[in-house]
Amino acid sequence: MSIDMAQFHQVFFEESFEGLDLMENGLLSMNPGEADAEEINSIFRAAHSIKGGSGTFGFSQVSDFTHVMETLLDEMRDGRRTVSSEGINVLLASVDVLRDMLTAAQEGGEADEARVKASRTELERVLANQGVVDAEPGETAAAPPEVASADAPETFEPVGWKIVFRPHQHLLRTGNDPLRIIRELSSLGEVDVDCDISALPDIHHIDPEDSYLSWDLRLNAAVDKSQIDEIFEWVEDDCDFAVIPILPEGFEAQADVAMPAQSDVASHEEASGATLTSQPDLKVAPPPQERRKQGDRRKSASAKKANSGASSVRVDTGKIDSLINMVGELVITQSMLGLLGEDFSMDKLPRLREGLGQLERHTRELQESVMQIRMLPISFTFSRFPRLVHDLSQKLGKKIELKLSGENTELDKTVIEKIGDPLVHLVRNSVDHGIELPDERVQAGKTETGTVHLSAEHRGGNIVIEITDDGKGLARDKILGKAIDRGLVKEDDNLTDKQIYELIFQPGFSTAEQVSDVSGRGVGMDVVRRNINELGGSIEIDSEIGKGSTITIRLPLTLAILDGQTVSIGEETYIVPLVSIIESIQVKDNMLNLVAGRGETFKLRDEYLPIVRLHEVFKVENPNATDIHDGIIVVVEAGGSKCGLFVDNLLGQQQVVIKSLEANYGKVEGVSGATILGDGSVALILDIPGMMRLASELGSRSGKLAMTA
Amino acid sequence: MSEANNTSLLGQDSNEEEQVGVQYLTFLLNGEQYGLGILSVQEIRGWEPVTRVPNSPRYVKGVVNIRGNIVPVFDLRLRFGLPEEAYSDETVVIVVRAGKEGRERSMGLVVDAVSDVLVVQDEDISKTPQFGADVPTENIRGLVTDGEQMVMLLDLDSLVLRDPASPEHDAA
Amino acid sequence: MAASILAVDDSASMRQMVSFTLKGAGYEVVEASDGVEALNIAKTRSVNLVITDVNMPNMDGITLIKELRGLSSYRFTPLLMLTTESGAEKKQQGKAAGATGWIVKPFNPEQLLNTVKKVIS
Repeated sequence: MSIDMAQFHQVFFEESFEGLDLMENGLLSMNPGEADAEEINSIFRAAHSIKGGSGTFGFSQVSDFTHVMETLLDEMRDGRRTVSSEGINVLLASVDVLRDMLTAAQEGGEADEARVKASRTELERVLANQGVVDAEPGETAAAPPEVASADAPETFEPVGWKIVFRPHQHLLRTGNDPLRIIRELSSLGEVDVDCDISALPDIHHIDPEDSYLSWDLRLNAAVDKSQIDEIFEWVEDDCDFAVIPILPEGFEAQADVAMPAQSDVASHEEASGATLTSQPDLKVAPPPQERRKQGDRRKSASAKKANSGASSVRVDTGKIDSLINMVGELVITQSMLGLLGEDFSMDKLPRLREGLGQLERHTRELQESVMQIRMLPISFTFSRFPRLVHDLSQKLGKKIELKLSGENTELDKTVIEKIGDPLVHLVRNSVDHGIELPDERVQAGKTETGTVHLSAEHRGGNIVIEITDDGKGLARDKILGKAIDRGLVKEDDNLTDKQIYELIFQPGFSTAEQVSDVSGRGVGMDVVRRNINELGGSIEIDSEIGKGSTITIRLPLTLAILDGQTVSIGEETYIVPLVSIIESIQVKDNMLNLVAGRGETFKLRDEYLPIVRLHEVFKVENPNATDIHDGIIVVVEAGGSKCGLFVDNLLGQQQVVIKSLEANYGKVEGVSGATILGDGSVALILDIPGMMRLASELGSRSGKLAMTA
Repeated sequence: MSEANNTSLLGQDSNEEEQVGVQYLTFLLNGEQYGLGILSVQEIRGWEPVTRVPNSPRYVKGVVNIRGNIVPVFDLRLRFGLPEEAYSDETVVIVVRAGKEGRERSMGLVVDAVSDVLVVQDEDISKTPQFGADVPTENIRGLVTDGEQMVMLLDLDSLVLRDPASPEHDAA
Repeated sequence: MAASILAVDDSASMRQMVSFTLKGAGYEVVEASDGVEALNIAKTRSVNLVITDVNMPNMDGITLIKELRGLSSYRFTPLLMLTTESGAEKKQQGKAAGATGWIVKPFNPEQLLNTVKKVIS
C-alpha cells in the first residue's frame, strides 16, 4: 500500500514558510548576549518542524541543511552557546537560503547549490568556533560492544536464538505488553515459549499492574540478531534480557548470559543502531520532485500565499461555521418565499415584503462574511519590512528604527498581494532618500536614529496605510524647478505645496542626485501610483522640509465591491465611488464664479473648485439639466485635487459589484468598471482621477478648464 | 471562382460521403451574406437596449449584461462603414467569442438577420477579391459559394485584435 | 470497534499525514496540536494509543507523557514519541517520563502503520 505524500506537500510548504518568517522575526528581535529562552526555543521548534517535515516528505536536502541550523539553535537554547550577533547573522542568512530551497522544492526546481553550500559552511564554522560549553557526545555509535554476544566463532551462523526475557516489575506501566513483544518475535519465526512463574507472589499480594512473569524463549529461525534487538528495543531498560545464539550442532555456545547493566544501556542502544523504523534502507525517499520546470525563483516573502498553481487561504473554522449558519438561514428564507409563491394572493403581500427583506439581509450578511474570508491581516505584507529596513540601513550606514502599527488590519487577499511591491518601493525611498545619515541628523538637531513608521488602519470605509519618516522631507523648490524644466507646469501656475509634491508621481520624475541602486532609479513613483489606482485606491504625499514626509495610501476594503452613489445624466445612470465623494450640493448663485482661464468654478468653504459638466465630458444626449442651478454638484476628491461633478440628479446609494469592462472591451478613460443594476442593466462606474484628467484635457482644448490632476 | 461541389446546407445533401468540414453561421448584412465560424458563436439574441460607453467609436453601441458579464455590442454596418439602418424586431445580435488564447473576448455583433448554418470544406474557400466587397479585405478570410449566393467568411480575430477603443477605429 | 489513536504534533502537515495514514487503515484518529490540547482530550476520553511529537509549544511531548501517565485511564496505554535520530537523550527522558517507545523521524506511512499494528492488536 502506498500513500501519495504529495497531497500533504502544500500544507507542509505553507507551514514551513510561516515557520521561516517566525524564525526571521525572532532572530531580528534577538539581542546578542541577552537571550530570551522561550524566544530561542520557538525559533528552534520552527527549524525542528521544518527538518522533520522535509525529511518525512522526501526533501532530504532541505532536511540536511535545516539539521545544521537546528544544531546551532539547540546549543543556543540550552545555554551551551552564547547568542552572538555573528551567530544571528549567519542564521538569518541561512533562513534566506532555506526559503529559497523550499521555494525551489515547491516549484520542482533546484536551489542554488553554491549558495546552500556556502551558508552551510558558515553555519558549521560558527558551530566549530567559540567554544561550546559542554561537548555533546557525537551521535555516531562507536563500535558497538555486543552485550551477551556469542563468544562462539563468528564464522558460524546461528540457526536460532535463545532469549531470556525477564520484565521488571513496572514494565506494564510503560504501556508495553510482554505478550505483544513475544507475538512480534513470533513473526520472525517459530517460537517455543516457556513461562517461568516462580516469581509470582501469592494471590493476596499480587498487584495486577505489576509484572511477575518471565520467559525463556527459543526462536527457531536463522535471523539476524539485530532484528531481535529491535523488537526489544523499547523495553531494554525495563527488563533483563539476553540473546544467545543457537549454533548448529557441534558447537558450543559460550556466551555468558550477561544481564545488561544500566551502564551498558547507552552502548547497547547504539549497538542496536537501527530503531524500529529507521534502518537506512527503509528511509523514506520518494524521489525529490521530478523537474517539472525550472521556475524562476520568486521573491521570498511574496511567495507565501501567492503560490504556484492553486492559491489557498487559511480560514478560521469559526468563520466557516458562521458561514454555514448563514447559508442555513438563507435556505430557510428561500423556502419560505417558495411556499409563499406557490399559492400567492395579494393579501399575502406583507409577508412577501418581509420575506424579501430577510432575503436581502441574509444575502448581505453572507456576502460580507464571504468577503471576510479573503481578508488577511496586513502583517503578511508588513512582515518583510523589519528585515528590509535592517539590511538596507546597514548597507547605507544609517541608523533607522522601523515602527509598525495596525498589523492586524485586514485587507482582501488580492490587495495584500499587490500592495507589497509598491510599499517596498516607498519604504526604500524613505530609507534611501528620506532619512539622513547619522551625522547629518545630529547636525540638524535630530536624534541619530531616524524613524520610519508604517501603519495601517480602517478609516471611513477604507484602509489607510501611512508611511511616515522623520527625514529631510521633500525638496519642494527642486521639484518645482524640475517640473518647470520639463514643461509639466508653467512658472506662474500657482500650485499649492501639496500639488507640487504630487508632481513626483509623474513618469520619469526623480530629483535624486545620484541614481541609487537601492531604491531603483526613482522611476517607480508613477508605477506605484498606477498600481495603487488599479487596486481602486489613491496615494498622496505630504512633506515638511527638514522634518519628514508622510505618504498616505487609501485602498478600498475589497476589490470587487464598491459603495457607490448613483447619479443620472439624461437617460443614463453612472456610479460615483462613495470613497471619493466629499459632499453633494445644490449650487446657489452666489457660489458660482466664472474665472478667466479657469472656466466655471464654485465656492466651497474657502476654495474655488472647478465644475466638470459630465454631460459634456461624456457627451450625453439630452441631459435634463444644463443650467447649473437645475442640477446637483457632487464634490469629489482625488490625488489631492477636488472638483465638482455636475449631474442631473442623485439616485440612491448602493453597494455595487464591480465588473470588468476591460475583459471584453477595453479601457475607457474616466471609467473604472461597470456594474449590473437591480434591473439587469449595466451602469458605468466613474474613475475619478481619470475623469478629472479627461475633463482637463477637454477643457484645455477648448480653453475652458485648467486643473492639475 | 470556386467549384462549389461539396458545400451543402446541413441536412439537405443526400450525398453521403462524410461531410468533414467546418460549420459556419451565415447572416445577412446590407444585402450581402457573411459567415462566422460556428465554434465562436456563443448565442444569438434579439436587440435589447444597451448602456452607452462614452467617447467610443460610433459602431460601439454600448455594453450589455450577459449572464453577469459586461459584453460590448458592435454594429457591424457601422463597423464596416455601411449605411446605418434602424433596428427592428428582426434585428439580431450574434454573441461571439474570439481572440488568441488567454486574450479572448466576447462581443455582440448587430446584424440584419441570421440565415443558416453552412458546412464548408477547406478547399472550397477561395481568395477574397481585391475590390468590390463592402467589408475591408483584412477582415475576410475568404469566399465560398452557397448555391448561387456568395458568402464572405469573416475573420473574427482580426476584428478582435485591434483595441476597439483606439482612434483608428472611427468609422471609415 | 475500531481502535482509536490520539495523534499530537504542532505541525499540521505531519498531523495530516499521520491522520490520513491511520484512518486509511481503519483506525479512529483524534488530533491535537500541542500537549495541552492533547491532555484535555485525554481527560475526557480514552484511546488505544497515543503518538506524540516531542517539540511542541505550550506543553512538550515528554511532559505530556508524564501527565498522561498520571491519568488512571492512561496508566497502561501505549504512548509513543516521535523523535529524531539525534535524540538519544530524548529517548531516555521519554522513557523516564513513562513512554512506551518511539518512532524515529523521518518515517514513511508504512513504517508508521507497522509500528502501530505491533502496539495495538
